Amino acid sequence: MAHWPLLSILIWLPIIGAVVVLLLGRDPRVARWLSVLVALATLAASIPLYLGYDAVAGGMQLTESHVWIEALKVNYALGVDGISVALIVLTTFTSVLVIIGSWGPIDKRVSQYMAAMLALEGMLIGVFAATDALLFYVFFEAMLIPMFIIIGIWGGPRRVYATLKFFIYTFLGSIFMLIGLIYLHMKTGEFSLQAFAQAGLGTKEQAWLFFAFLIAFAIKVPMWPVHTWLPDAHVEAPTGGSVILAAIMLKVGGYGFIRFSLPITPDASQEYAWVVIAMSLIAVVYIGYVALVQDDMKKLIAYSSIAHMAFVTLGIFITLALVRVHGNTDAARLGMQGAMVQMISHGFVSGAMFSCIGVLYDRLHSRMIRDYGGVMNVMPWYGAFFVLFAMANCGLPGTSGFVGEFMVILAAFQDNFWIAAVAAFTLIIGAAYTLWLVKRVIFGEVTNPKVAKFKDLDAREWIVLGSFAAAVLVVGVYPKPLTDLMDSSVLQIVNALMLSKA
Amino acid sequence: MMLDKSILLTIVLAPLFGAVIAGLFGKRIGRVGAHSVTIAGVGLSCALSIFVLYQLVWGGAVTFNQNLYTWFEIGSTSANIGFLIDRLTAMMMVVVTFVSLMVHVYTIGYMAEDDGYQRFFSYIALFTFSMLMLVMSNNFLQLFFGWEAVGLVSYLLIGFWFRRPTAIFANMKAFLVNRVGDFGFLLGIAGVLMWFGGSLDYSAVFAHAQDPSVDLAARSVELIAGHPWHVATIVCICLFIGAMGKSAQVPLHVWLPDSMEGPTPISALIHAATMVTAGIFMVARMSPLFELSETALTFVLVIGATTALFTGLIGVVQNDIKRVVAYSTLSQLGYMTVALGVSAYSAGVFHLMTHAFFKALLFLGAGSVIIAMHHEQDMRHMGGLRKYMPITWITMWIGSLALAGAPGFAGFFSKDAIIEAVGESHRAGAGYAYFCVLAGVFITALYSFRLLYMTFHGKERFVVDPVKQHHGHDDHEHHAPGHLAHAPHESPWVVTLPLVLLAIPSIVIGFLTIGPMLFGDYFGDAIFVHEANNVLAELGHEFHGAFAMVLHGFTQAPFWIAFAGFATATYIWLFNPGIADKAENVLRPVHSMLANKYWIDNLYQAVFARGGTALGRGLWRGGDASLIDGAIDGSASLVDQLSAVVRRVQSGYLYHYAFAMILGLILLLGGSWWLFMRIAA
Repeated sequence: MAHWPLLSILIWLPIIGAVVVLLLGRDPRVARWLSVLVALATLAASIPLYLGYDAVAGGMQLTESHVWIEALKVNYALGVDGISVALIVLTTFTSVLVIIGSWGPIDKRVSQYMAAMLALEGMLIGVFAATDALLFYVFFEAMLIPMFIIIGIWGGPRRVYATLKFFIYTFLGSIFMLIGLIYLHMKTGEFSLQAFAQAGLGTKEQAWLFFAFLIAFAIKVPMWPVHTWLPDAHVEAPTGGSVILAAIMLKVGGYGFIRFSLPITPDASQEYAWVVIAMSLIAVVYIGYVALVQDDMKKLIAYSSIAHMAFVTLGIFITLALVRVHGNTDAARLGMQGAMVQMISHGFVSGAMFSCIGVLYDRLHSRMIRDYGGVMNVMPWYGAFFVLFAMANCGLPGTSGFVGEFMVILAAFQDNFWIAAVAAFTLIIGAAYTLWLVKRVIFGEVTNPKVAKFKDLDAREWIVLGSFAAAVLVVGVYPKPLTDLMDSSVLQIVNALMLSKA
Repeated sequence: MMLDKSILLTIVLAPLFGAVIAGLFGKRIGRVGAHSVTIAGVGLSCALSIFVLYQLVWGGAVTFNQNLYTWFEIGSTSANIGFLIDRLTAMMMVVVTFVSLMVHVYTIGYMAEDDGYQRFFSYIALFTFSMLMLVMSNNFLQLFFGWEAVGLVSYLLIGFWFRRPTAIFANMKAFLVNRVGDFGFLLGIAGVLMWFGGSLDYSAVFAHAQDPSVDLAARSVELIAGHPWHVATIVCICLFIGAMGKSAQVPLHVWLPDSMEGPTPISALIHAATMVTAGIFMVARMSPLFELSETALTFVLVIGATTALFTGLIGVVQNDIKRVVAYSTLSQLGYMTVALGVSAYSAGVFHLMTHAFFKALLFLGAGSVIIAMHHEQDMRHMGGLRKYMPITWITMWIGSLALAGAPGFAGFFSKDAIIEAVGESHRAGAGYAYFCVLAGVFITALYSFRLLYMTFHGKERFVVDPVKQHHGHDDHEHHAPGHLAHAPHESPWVVTLPLVLLAIPSIVIGFLTIGPMLFGDYFGDAIFVHEANNVLAELGHEFHGAFAMVLHGFTQAPFWIAFAGFATATYIWLFNPGIADKAENVLRPVHSMLANKYWIDNLYQAVFARGGTALGRGLWRGGDASLIDGAIDGSASLVDQLSAVVRRVQSGYLYHYAFAMILGLILLLGGSWWLFMRIAA
């Protein structure tokens, strides 16, 4: 198996599958089954990836490289470390659930929807596997297209506004990144990320590059104050679009910080870490309060996503002070691991929460909290799942939501008590907006007669929510396999931070 | 000799197994199946816990400290799941599983007519698992896991009747207030990792704390520049904030009275006997850390004393039978905290144990009364119940005597020890605390006997009215207060048996165990007290056996204060019920202050709930919508306007274009001419 181009298979299988689904999927049933098969095949292909990756050795593995554009020295270069493997498996896992979850609710242009989802999956895997900056950039931009289509065609009434906002926002960000990449290309003569990381860069150069990357990735994550596209996009997106958006697309931002900002501009990252940390802490508090007052369930979870992703950026950028000021690589590793675990966990938890909202939306066609209430009375199993995911969203120990936040807070404390204290405020505000949502939607008497007629989960919904629940609990109870997978890669990144480039 | 790991695992997992079976397959296994599987699990757990205690105390077993598996390991930071079983743990395990078993049995009767029967059993078994994980932990991570897991089950159980608006408000409030505590707790744990040797394992942390070469007590840090604080003080106060949430200490006490919205069996199990004492247990477990900081202990002492007196006072004006017991629980938790504050950790834990028995008894007894009264909880509609339900009546008297500290009963030993320890202590705040705990004795007696008189004695203040009332045991139905469909009667044996089984330790447990637990070496090195702080050792010199202590007790101030409370209560509520109303009128402001719980709940509601949502709306509308999106949509509309202007130029008329061309040509030529002339000149 080792000499198979496994990463290429993972990228192109769903993309070619998308084409096949488009061609053969006239009949919605064929389109549905075919797309599930493709997604399952991709998931199956990610198993040898997980097993074949040598976590002890670390470094880029399963590499592939072909010349793509000779004149510019652009290569079709792929490779994965533990961080990429974790994110790719998250992608293949979630994609299967999204496609199964979309079986019922999507009833028009089924083949096109499924094809868009599969293409998106392939591009996301491409983003996480690319080791060439231009290839990364191509996937990074290309994945906007299927998402643009998914929201624009299957979205809600304000989908045009939302798609434009989403597209322009993120596209604006990536323009800056492109300029940065072109500059680095001029400097090094190639596009390989490794060459970029080894290039000597002055303080000023690094600062410019750092902010170029920051704009691109901060919009993607999204960080306060460039987050306002996300709630609108989520609200208008169909359930599957929301799940992919929250569970995976946001992770590209965090991944970008780890792959680009830290290795290429370590000195500027250190100098301006306070900017990122401040933005993250503001997000925890400010966004927490904003989430509290939302009337729309999807908006609430969208805001909650922003607050949770703040732990990712906090965990990544807390490492710089820990390594360079305190010389505490152990705590730095803890922070970086916390950021990564938070990304994976947030993939499960937000994916599950949006799926849960989708289940209700399919029944009542409303996202408004006030239209519900007392759902527990008619859908006890659904209620149990909802409470479980809500608890994971509050970061309850035993669920995956706790692990990353715990690590990041422990690490942040070793840098500065107050950073940890503000971050830990999520314990209170996160529980407040989540449990208030639970109280108003799940508990209480049934007030809406339409709710009284709800049926509990069907088999398809059971598979989706049950799989998410299993993932949330497994990572929560035994995170060690996940942290071991990423340990050597995290160590490598942290060690690289010790060296100044200027 | 080593304890057997598989036995310890069984103790933890048996209740979890029961919970999972009853929770997931409740419909299929039915009611009997659900209560059988959970009772079997908890029963097994209880029997094995007693066996473990036996092995530790008499069987010569040594402390068990072993990791089960590694949760994560990153660099030198590792987090594990593991057990530390010493005598402190073993005692807690027995208390938890025994009270839990009693509550399981009791629930068969209490919840007999509830739709959520299986779900209830699943929850209480899950609670037992979580609580055991908490007390058996050998590290801070698992402690926090158990800590939050019991909080989750508490949340689920307070909101068990999820159709009731009050219940689902109360459970959210409980969770959120506890989260405020957990906020501190988590920072405390982070502080432990940073300053106490880079480990989360108790043994490593305690060893570091006691290592004379490290001298942690002297280490300080400036959180605010220019204000050095001892790290031990910071960490201990943070950890104690966690305890204040879980053990409902002022000002985080507000959730506990509201938690009475849950079914009575869980009020007994979770909100009296076990979960709320987790904070006390935690501080006792952390005694090597708390001993490092005099400041933190003073903080603990003052908070505990305040809770002991001022929450007890509220209990005097409550009319809901469960709420009286709830405020009494708050007050007793204050006593335990006071004990911790004067370094008398064993006395705090000792009171925790005696309290677990008699307070579980009082709650279950109150529940028995509530069943008899068809879910009427207002004592103003009770009275004279003693002839209808003698077992409940007598066991409630036993519980109340134990609570009030009647010499010889369990509570007497533990409470007297605390009061004397406070009297002995020279810590800052001890004077204030001594006043509070002594005054608290009067208050305790007052509300305890008031409850007994209003419920069981005096005239019947309810009407048996079989024709008009179509009642149900279903408590969601409202019926006219004080009207019963048929006469109250004693509860079934599944209810009274636990009462009797809890009444026995409420009488004897203090007498039997005070010697070894407080003045002997029962706890060994599980609890660490600095030589200079050891007030219990001082008291130990004067201790000549439990019997002598009882005799001596009759000559001491607490006894006479309690007696005064008893006499007052008897005079007012047994012989002269009119006086209470008159006193209420005369002391209107005081009564109103107590009835409104010092307006603390109102304050929190206004500041945190309404203030929080107002802040959220402000940030959303003002920040997100106006500022950020305003700027973005503004830049979009700027482009829009600009292009609207530019577009006008493209009118489509040929003569416009021709005119523009001519104009352009003139400008171009003129401009070039001008430029040329300047360069030439």
